[in-house]
Parts: sequence; C-alpha cells; structure tokens
Amino acid sequence: MRIGIDVGGTNTDAVYMDGNQVVATTKTATTEDVTSGIVAALRELDRSAAVDMSQVKAVMIGTTHFTNALVEARRLAPTAAIRLGLPATAALPPFTDWPEHLVTAMSGRHYLCHGGVEFDGRAISPLDEDEIREVARDLKSGGARSVAISSVFSPVSADDEIRAAEIVQSELPDVMVSLSHEVGRIGLLERENATIINAALRELAPTILDSLAETVRAAGIPGRLYLSQNDGTLMDVDFARRYPVATFASGPTNSMRGAAFLSGLADCAVVDVGGTTADVGILVKNFPREAGTEVNVAGIRTNFRMPDVISIGLGGGSIVRQDGNALTIGPDSVGYRLQEKALVFGGDTLTTTDVAVAAGLVDVGDRTRVGHLSAELLAETIATATRMASDVVDRMRTSEDPIPVVAVGGGSFLVPDEFDVASQVHRPEHYAVANAIGAAIAQVGGEVDRVFPVEPGQRGEVVAQAKEEARERAVAAGADPSTVDIIDVDEVPIAYLPGNATRIRVKAVGDLVLGG
Amino acid sequence: MSELSGEDLTDLAFGAAVLGTGGGGDPYIGRLLAQQAVSEYGPVELVGLDQVGDDALVLPVAMMGAPTVMVEKIPGRDDLQTVVRMVEARLGRNATHLLPIEAGGINSMIPVAAAAQMRLPLVDADGMGRAFPELQMVLPTIGGVSATPMALADDKGNSAVLDTVDNVWTERLARNITIEMGCSSVLSNYPLDGKLARDYLVGGSLSLCREVGASVRAAREHHHDPVDAALRVVDGTRLFTGKVVDVSRRTTGGFARGSATLTGTGRYEGSTLELQFQNEHLVATVDGVARAVVPDLICLFESESATPVTTEGLRYGLRVIVGAAPCDPRWKSPAGLALVGPSAFGLDVEYRSIAVAENA
Repeated sequence: MRIGIDVGGTNTDAVYMDGNQVVATTKTATTEDVTSGIVAALRELDRSAAVDMSQVKAVMIGTTHFTNALVEARRLAPTAAIRLGLPATAALPPFTDWPEHLVTAMSGRHYLCHGGVEFDGRAISPLDEDEIREVARDLKSGGARSVAISSVFSPVSADDEIRAAEIVQSELPDVMVSLSHEVGRIGLLERENATIINAALRELAPTILDSLAETVRAAGIPGRLYLSQNDGTLMDVDFARRYPVATFASGPTNSMRGAAFLSGLADCAVVDVGGTTADVGILVKNFPREAGTEVNVAGIRTNFRMPDVISIGLGGGSIVRQDGNALTIGPDSVGYRLQEKALVFGGDTLTTTDVAVAAGLVDVGDRTRVGHLSAELLAETIATATRMASDVVDRMRTSEDPIPVVAVGGGSFLVPDEFDVASQVHRPEHYAVANAIGAAIAQVGGEVDRVFPVEPGQRGEVVAQAKEEARERAVAAGADPSTVDIIDVDEVPIAYLPGNATRIRVKAVGDLVLGG
Repeated sequence: MSELSGEDLTDLAFGAAVLGTGGGGDPYIGRLLAQQAVSEYGPVELVGLDQVGDDALVLPVAMMGAPTVMVEKIPGRDDLQTVVRMVEARLGRNATHLLPIEAGGINSMIPVAAAAQMRLPLVDADGMGRAFPELQMVLPTIGGVSATPMALADDKGNSAVLDTVDNVWTERLARNITIEMGCSSVLSNYPLDGKLARDYLVGGSLSLCREVGASVRAAREHHHDPVDAALRVVDGTRLFTGKVVDVSRRTTGGFARGSATLTGTGRYEGSTLELQFQNEHLVATVDGVARAVVPDLICLFESESATPVTTEGLRYGLRVIVGAAPCDPRWKSPAGLALVGPSAFGLDVEYRSIAVAENA
C-alpha cells in the first residue's frame, strides 16, 4: 500500500493505492502552512472504509514548501558560497546576477579559493587546504551557518569539493555543507546557484521534513516517507534533508507521470487543466520530455532538470469576456475563489466552468443560474477553448502525426473529446488527482552527466560504461536492480575538444524497493 | 559616439546571439562579464570607424575555445588585460582602442568588459559582421593583414605570443595551444592601425547588435512579433517555421559538425528544411533547394520566446523560426567565398545570395 500526496498552489490531492490499484482519492484546499492541508487530506482518505493506514509502506509527497520559502525569501539560513577554481572564474564571483533581496535574506557571502579541474580532469590549481581552513575561520566569525561548495568541472571530478567539505566540517562541525556535484550539471554559475539555494534551505529542511514525518506518523502510517523530485523520481527523507532544492517543481512532472500511468500510454501529450492554467507536456517512454533551457527560480538562473511544459491561461476559473464580437478566455482567472465568484455558485463572474455547466460538460453548482447563456456564446467559448488546447498540443508534438492526448486535472472538461491534432483523447478515471497518483507511482533514478573521451571505435563501450554507472546510482538510491531501465541517453560532441570528447548524459530509473 | 551601459548590454547580448548564427558561444556569460566590468569601472565609450585616426592602434580582444567549457570555466579577473598588454609590449605602443573581432556570441561582449576594465574606447565594428569558427575567417585576411603578433593567455597564468607565416597557421597553432590550456583561452590578435581598420572592418556591428536587441524588447512590450522585429533590423527574411525532428552530430577535426531536419508548421506545412552546421548554421535547404548558404547569416529563433537557438541547443521537438540575412558584400567576392564560403567548410553546395523575401 502506498499514499501519494501532491501539494499544488490551489489544491492538495492525496491517493491511497494498493499496488497499481487506486483505492481512494481526495482533494482539499492547500493551506498557507502547507502541512495542515496535508493533515486534512490524510484525514479525508482515512474516512474511506477501504483505507487501512497501518498497511501503508510508503508515502510520497510532492510539496511546494521549499519553493515557497525561496520565493518569499523567508526562513533562509545565513549562507556562504565557497568556489574552488582560482585563478580561473574570478571575473564572475558567486551571487553574480542574483536578485539583491535574496542575497540579503541569506546574508550571502562568498569566497574564491584554489582548486577545480579542467574538462579532462587535470587540476586547474591544487586545492590549498590552509586556504580552506582560513575561510572556515572567517565563515565562523561572519555567522554563516550553511555553506555551498562548488568546484570547476566537479561533474567530471568531485574530489576537491569533497575534500574542502571535510576540512570545513572538521573546523566547523555544526555548519551544514552542500556540494554542487550532487545538485546539478555542467554550467558553473547555474549549478552553483542551485547549490546556494539548497544551502539556504538547509535549516528549514529538518523542520519541514520532521513535521511531514510527524503528520504521517500521527495519521497512523508506519511506512517510510519519500519526496518527489523535479525529474519525476523519488528521494528519501535523509537525502531531502541534505538536498531540499531537489523538490522544486515536482508538480507538473507528477501530473504528467500520473496521466501516463492512468491512461496506460507511455508516449503521449498530457493536458493538465487546473483553475488558472493548462499545462501541456509530452511524455516519452513514461517520462516528461525535459526542457532544454535554463530555469529561473525566484529570479535566479539554475540548470534544474525541468519538464518541458507550456502553460496557457485556460482553466476552470478563467474569466470569459465578450467584447463586441470577440470572445476571450483568460488569461485572468477567479482562481481559488471559483466557489464564490462563478455564476453557478451564485457569483457574478462568467467563467469557463459556467459555460461548461450550461453546455452539460460538467455538473457542479446550480445549473439554473446559467440557463440564460445563449447557445452562440456556449458554442463560441467551447470553440475558443478547443483552439487554445489544440494549438498548444500542436506546438508540443514532435511529428506531423496526430498524437494521443490525455486530459487530466480538475478543469479537463474544457478539453474536447475530439480535435484535429489528437489521435484520441483519453480521460482516465481519477483524472482530477493525476498529480497525487504520479507522486505515488514515482520511481527512483540515477544520472550521469560528464565529458568522456571517446576514442575511435570505442563509442559503444563508453556509452555502456556510462549506462552502467547510471544503473549503479539508481540502485544506490533504492531501486530494485531487476527493474532498472535506461530511459534517456544524450550525447553531444564538444566543439574543439581533442580526443573526440563527448558530453554524455544517461538517466536510469527503477521501482522503489518497498521495505517490509 | 555613444556609451554602452545598463540595458544596452542586455540588448547587445541578445543581438550578439542573433548574429552568432548558432555559434560563438552563449553571450550570457559574456553579458555578465561586461555588466560586472561596467558596474565596477563605468560605461564604455563606443566610437565609429570614421572617428578612428590613422595613427590609432586598434587591438581586438576575444575568447577562443569550446562553448561547453566557457560556461564552466569562467575567465580570471585580469586575463583580458593580460593579452592586450602583451601585444602592446611586443609592438612597443599602447592601444588607443579595443575591438570585437567577431560580432556574434560571447565575443561581442568580451571586448566590452576589456574596454571598461582598461578605460579604452571600443570601436563600433568587427572583422566579420557575424560569427565564424576559425581565426583566419575575417575580412582583414582577404586584405593580407596578418593575425600576428598575437597573444594568448589562459586562466592559470600561462601565455604565449605567436608569430606565424599566415593566418591559417595562426588558427592551427592557437587552437592547439588553447586545447592544452583547457579548451578556453583569451586572445588579442590582428593589431590594426586606423586605415586598416577602416578598410577591412565591418562598421556599425555593435550598434546593429544593440538595435536588434532593443527592437526585440520593444516588440515584446507592444505585443508585436519579436522575430520579425529582429529580422527587419538585419535586412533579413523569414525562411521557415517548424519543428526539429532529427539532429545528428559528429565531431571531426575538433568541430561539432552535424545536420538537423525540421518539418514545417503553419504556412510551411508539408515542407522540410535541412540544416547543416559546424558550430554555426551553414546551409538551410528547403525541399531540396538551398535557400540560405554561408557566408549569409542563418538565424534560428525559438518560436515561443524568440530566443536565438545555438547549434548545441538544437534538439528534437524544438519549435523554431528560421530566418536568413545577407552577409557583408565583401564576403561574396571570390577571395571571400574561398575563405568562408561553403567550400571552406567542405560543403558541396553552390553559394547563392538569399532570395529576396517573397513575404518580408
């Protein structure tokens, strides 16, 4: 038995699953403190006769706790960034291009030290242990309680980061250390930024994770707690304590994975319609296609692994306006105030939900309140919504062939049964809680992202070696070795590099071993 | 004469990515280097070619290496000044102006950082009017101007001064030294006096980059089409709109060569565009007809954001708008085409000027 929970901006959804069977589902309002909404969702689940909390072996939570803390710049630890790379990199010190208020909120300080390697693992300069000790002493007097250590080309060799961390910890046992090679990929500033964000969240992490664990225990659940990561895989609580930043943006990934699971389709487009936006993504072999661009989080450039998702202003709360002969939907929405603002709930704002109720697509609220809407208005609103959904699916698909579309989310009644770019529209059962299901069925993964020298004729061997390494990492993260699959291999030869250096990225995933 | 500061640098970096035609490295790091230097030392004075006196000493500053390395191993604090000082020492004179040798990618921004640090004016020109992958691929080469004395330095304090018999040798030696240096170096080459600068440079290229960026910004603010705005500034035309359905890459001779296939959408439904690249986009063939060929500029924009797409960023499923723009007319001469035309890249394609747009 497993429970999946997804905390969204509007709703907190939870599901109880027996193997691959969905037993019970619930949807409650997200609360400002996040945790009390989760408590309410678990209590709601427990009301179902088929649910036995004592049988739950694992709880998987996708949460916005940490993203919120960063966006609000609250409860961030005083943080120092140590970069190993001198004399290189000094032209752009850590915290370059950061929003000033976030640097202030974490009392950000930085230190440039020697160390780091070239793309092929040669040292740029030797790590200077005395220099690190000196920095540690300065850190202490400066009041930093959390440290982010990044080293040039640490995805190629992390030795300097690891050694510097040992020195800092031996000087300052109470300081928390985050290492960049654990956080991100090639691209120093982006990886370092993500590591600094992580460091700033480290003090908050135990508080939040303990309260989540306590919530789970108080609900009578003996199983282990896992958190969803932004790439659709899981991490255990110990890892989350050290790397809370990995929880960012797990929401869209969870809904897409849930949609794939519910529809039984491994390759499809997913349209997830919420209250304000519709998020459209593409699943390839059960996993969301990744965005290729840098991701800005709270105004900071990072290179997190994020799903390639386009959001459009089409949701159940989108405001419908008629201006002369033009009809528009959104992009503004009544959002979580749908229950008071929409016509069917006695409000005064015409929303897409009202049109859908009048057209008989969905039955909520009081249908008599929308009886006056003209047939033309209904037809035109539905045609507009169809065009919006169809356009965005068309932009996302990768071939001219129609693509199967899975419609999920509370507002998915806005997606028509048929439209030109869809080979078929699936509306799986439990579509409204696909994201919580995505959390529940998440797997564990391992990734390799490095520059490999590829000698002529050796390509196959090098790729095989990278795959093996990714597999080992997935197993180390808790995957059942017999279920581990390679889901993504990406090779990019590097311009100008000798020895046919190639950047190889491999991702492996497998099913979580559920303890007894 | 004008100044470069603040928003100019963002606009300049955007335009540099457009003129980078897929190569030249991500101008983001270049923009940060320029911003950092300008915030520390003040704005940079931009000087037109016509204001450069005959007895001037104009020194280009650039970075060489693999873009993947440049985003990981950022330069040290004084590397840019080091190479300028080395060439000055060799020539026994101080530089009066600095110059971007390449208008595209990171190398449009690097000289801005150097000019701020050294408090020298920057010449509003470059040696190509776009980005190219090799050192000899500049208009001064056609004029018989030597790339040397040239100084190279890395981030660790290693440096070299090169004197070579021709500019192709400069490229070969500098490339190998750069690889040993860890695949990224800073350099200063092609020292020019005012007359050579006026004779062999492409004037106004930095202002052009800035104008591309500013037009795109204005178009976004007014909800106009940003890609059209960018193409208008460079006298370009829209060739194609579609999705990347296939990318194949191979590394030969130290360059990322490859090709991509795009299938048309909207008005281009049913058409196919084949793109060949070597660091930069080189040939765009639509339904079997070469519609844009190097040295003309081929620019890819992400259709959602209008962000220029690099050859390394080409990936399956990307939705793009392909535009083309004419190169500096001097590149169309036999000597120009021999140096940077399709045959220089080992491509079996005939150069033809981009067709006048049917739909501009």
